[in-house]
Amino acid sequence: MGVSAKDILSGDIQAAARLMRDLDDEIPSAHRTLKTLYRHTGRAYLLGITGAPGSGKSTLVDCLTGHLRQEGKTVGIVAIDPTSPFSGGAILGDRIRMQKHTLDDGVFIRSLATRGHLGGLSKSTLDIVNVMDAMGKDVVIIETVGVGQDEVEIVKVVHTNLVLVVPGLGDDIQALKAGILEIADIFVVNKYDREGADRTKQELETMVSMNTYGEGEWVPPVMATVAQTGTGVHELLAEVARHWKFVSREENLKRYRTEKAKVELMEILKKKLIEKAVDDLSRSGVLDLLLRDIARKHLDPYSVADKVVDHKFAFHLRKESGKGKANRKNRP
Amino acid sequence: MARARAKERSEGRRRKGDRKVRVLVGKPGLDGHDRGAKIIARALRDAGFEVIYTGLHQTPEMIVNAAVQEDVDAIGLSILSGAHNYLFPKVVELLKGKKMGNVVVFGGGIIPDGDIPGLRKKGVDRIFTPGTSLSEIVEYVNKRIRARA
Repeated sequence: MGVSAKDILSGDIQAAARLMRDLDDEIPSAHRTLKTLYRHTGRAYLLGITGAPGSGKSTLVDCLTGHLRQEGKTVGIVAIDPTSPFSGGAILGDRIRMQKHTLDDGVFIRSLATRGHLGGLSKSTLDIVNVMDAMGKDVVIIETVGVGQDEVEIVKVVHTNLVLVVPGLGDDIQALKAGILEIADIFVVNKYDREGADRTKQELETMVSMNTYGEGEWVPPVMATVAQTGTGVHELLAEVARHWKFVSREENLKRYRTEKAKVELMEILKKKLIEKAVDDLSRSGVLDLLLRDIARKHLDPYSVADKVVDHKFAFHLRKESGKGKANRKNRP
Repeated sequence: MARARAKERSEGRRRKGDRKVRVLVGKPGLDGHDRGAKIIARALRDAGFEVIYTGLHQTPEMIVNAAVQEDVDAIGLSILSGAHNYLFPKVVELLKGKKMGNVVVFGGGIIPDGDIPGLRKKGVDRIFTPGTSLSEIVEYVNKRIRARA
């Protein structure tokens, strides 16, 4: 038992909330439901927002959501905060800045804790985004933890990724080090009413201009906003729309979908393979023996790992993927 | 259905460790004193819970809507304005209206002893008054939620 796919597709909010919980807690039946739902995903426009803690991500999400609602679009928001590595607990406080939308049925906000996952997302983020997508949300906004660096994961799963920068957080070298150039589709200099904002914007623009872009490649614009007052958000949304149009070009969309499929599959595989390997080894009682031998240097972990994964993984899948093709052809 | 759920949950727990307890901490009404609520939020985090902190000036409707979307096990409310006799029961009532009557509602603040029995009768599970130790509250949430799950 558990939540059925039908409940989600019919727009049952409580069922959706429960399914998200089950996915976060890795309840097996939840994954079964997701298998059915997956077919119904891919319609939502996914917008990522990353940036250092305190750069105004939640406030901007709140502001963007207001605009999107005015356009009549429904919005799902996945807001991620870090889990304490010591207690396993978390304080999820992104809702504080999104009060305006708490009573709006067209907005569904879900707070997630990273639960030990690195890279700015939580390990269930993609699952939860899929549920919101299947619920029929027009736009799903993913607000990352805000570690700033190394948030590469998100770029591959969203259509458009905004990188928030605020004035006064170090020079352009810091930005280069953080590797944010590679992950931004659009830069947003938020808190633009602060001192030094012009310079931050210029530095980013210079950084972008020093990069070489091929023909037909997207050049990230640098926008200026004050999320608190809403200044510049209209212009930002225009750029988001422009990028959305760019991503929607057939060749780009195809690449995006393949890239996303890859991330999805790899994430699930990583989880499942480790689980299965550890499960099999410990159930047969081999794990402890292996660990003991490695500790005594009778074995080395490299050879053991090689042996554990020595399978022909793809062997029985060839037929399966062929089937998928045939199905596609039959579809009207 | 409930039993199947419980079984499923214990299955989940056995396989992947505990189901994470989620608690919403919020401040309904108009008073702006959130120090207490923040300290409770932190204590609950340190006890390993996921705490959804919704902040100040919440209406009961906002709190319950958030609780639905976040699928929490419990709601902890802090009220120092004197409006507890209205706000607490309202939250409980709205939860029941959404068929979420199994969400545990507890609270704290400046609440006269004489008001507590009435609140309990209206479905507020527990009221903590000034001077309560953090460990007492953590232990309460732990016991109460685990017993329910």
